[in-house]
Amino acid sequence: MAQSATTTPEAPRDSVALRAKRLSRRRNTRAALLFISPWIIGFLVFTAWPIVYSAYLSLTDYDVLNDPSFIGLENYQEMVEDPKIRLALWNTFYFTVLQVPLYVMVSLGLALLLDKAGRAAGFFRTAFFLPKMTPPVAVGILLLLLFNGQDGLINTVLGWVGVDGPAWTTDPTWVKPGLILISLWSVGSSVIILLAALQNVPQELYDSARVDGAGWWQQTFKITIPMISGALFFIFIVNTIAAFQTFTEAYTAYFGAGNSTYSNDAALFYVIYLFQQGFEFLNMGYASAMAWLLFVIIMIFTAIQMLASRRFVYYEGEQR
Amino acid sequence: MTAGPVGAERVEEPKVPPTPVQTPPRPPIRPRKPKVTVRKVLILAALSAFTLLFIYPFIWLLSASFKPRGEVFDNKLIPDTFVFENYINVWREAPMALWMWNTVFVTVLAAVTVTLSSALVAWGFAYFRFRGRNLLFGVVLATMMLPGAVTMIPVFLIWNNLGMVDTLTPLWAKNLFGSAFYIFLLRQFFLGLPRDLFEAARIDGANNWTIFSRIAVPLTKPALIITMIFEFQVAWTDLLQPLIYLRDSSNFTVPRGLKALLDQYGFGGNWHWEIVVTASVITTVPMIILFFLGQRHFVQGIATTGTKG
Repeated sequence: MAQSATTTPEAPRDSVALRAKRLSRRRNTRAALLFISPWIIGFLVFTAWPIVYSAYLSLTDYDVLNDPSFIGLENYQEMVEDPKIRLALWNTFYFTVLQVPLYVMVSLGLALLLDKAGRAAGFFRTAFFLPKMTPPVAVGILLLLLFNGQDGLINTVLGWVGVDGPAWTTDPTWVKPGLILISLWSVGSSVIILLAALQNVPQELYDSARVDGAGWWQQTFKITIPMISGALFFIFIVNTIAAFQTFTEAYTAYFGAGNSTYSNDAALFYVIYLFQQGFEFLNMGYASAMAWLLFVIIMIFTAIQMLASRRFVYYEGEQR
Repeated sequence: MTAGPVGAERVEEPKVPPTPVQTPPRPPIRPRKPKVTVRKVLILAALSAFTLLFIYPFIWLLSASFKPRGEVFDNKLIPDTFVFENYINVWREAPMALWMWNTVFVTVLAAVTVTLSSALVAWGFAYFRFRGRNLLFGVVLATMMLPGAVTMIPVFLIWNNLGMVDTLTPLWAKNLFGSAFYIFLLRQFFLGLPRDLFEAARIDGANNWTIFSRIAVPLTKPALIITMIFEFQVAWTDLLQPLIYLRDSSNFTVPRGLKALLDQYGFGGNWHWEIVVTASVITTVPMIILFFLGQRHFVQGIATTGTKG
């Protein structure tokens, strides 16, 4: 702006520059929208419209073959009375409440060990991550094989130490603990996240803590955990959302064609029941109402965790 | 690749000659150094035990796939009778080659399309400054929190109306429009590039497309590879979508086929678990190979999403 002061008078120059600027900004916006357009289309077609339509469907009776018929809140009323909803919710809460803390604790424990492993850490990290690569269907099958009550590997090993292992895959009391245990097999990615966070903790903090006479216990709980609380919170929240929607392993092991030989009520998780209602019984309206209840539950839990995180989570710098 | 205990012996030896503990106080500048080797040995022993726990199921599965029907559950590390038949039988009992092809088809298309589209969108959010950008990006992030169950039924109805149920299209075509998680991931990488680079290119007369395709994309190749292998894994291992969309067994992906084999040979009165075990190995091995090919990228990608999320 300054260099042209000698030639042109004040007013026209400004307007030219302004116009050019406005033009370039408009071009800029247009170019940006062009780049973003795939997502905008996808969002409208595969997210926004489905949300609206799912809300509508939840107020209808719909079996795909006939047009949806509006029935108001009947689906929601039916859900209150449906004992299977109560069962599925109970199973899902049971799984989530036990699985998520265990999962986070195991990941944290392994990450702390790896952090101290020096040059060997890379090898162990690979070993811990491999199960995460296993397709969940195969994990469900491994569950049936390894946790088999009679000659499964788990009970065989338990037998060596004199423990008479339960019938993990058929006894309703032990079905969910078995599913929780096998889910811990795939902690690998959380371990990697926590290890990366651990390696970012400045060494000076430990040095000065040691000078002040802090032991391992104090260093871990006063420095390490607060410093990685951001990453801990991240895996906590992501795993909670995932646990509420757990499906594949349990469905593989306990549901599907030809698998009505024993009671599988103990493994009826919410999304499994939703899938059955929607795609096996073709109660699409009812399944949509179920989806909305799940959505609300997840939102409430996430909001509670977010609020709690303000008190417990420390973000370095905080300005990002 | 060495086993745990061997690694333990190797790492144990100290790099620096050990200094007596009672030396006069020195400035604490030196990096952390193994102080107690006993502790280190214990840590490595614990890690080795966990490694066994994490790896043994693979070994068990692989070993069982070479056992005859009656010995699948004998829990022996080395099969008493070593048979290769199971692999031949799986191929004979199930259209394994067709399922494999279907899966490769879906997986490659899913990975390539999601990488291209997400890169475009991520670049749109990272490079340009326009009104409403932060709001729109907030919406992108918000869609990540949305449970898939909410959109599952209407999206099925879309494909149903297009007559595409029982084809492979619904399993990958959504990826043409980008995916929130990868948009977020790639934007992080694009934001890390020095802006001067693009301004310089613009002065040299490069247009928006050239800047994106000739400068930004080549510079973020690692991130694009991360996206591609992540999606490759997601698409390969998915069961829910194939359960919803695929009806005829000739359209099955490998995981869907594996579930069908389990239902037929595991529970369906046949009790041919050796077929199920062998098919599980066939389903899993490509993912193990993928991991070893892209190990560095997996680790880097996961660490990035976790620490910047």
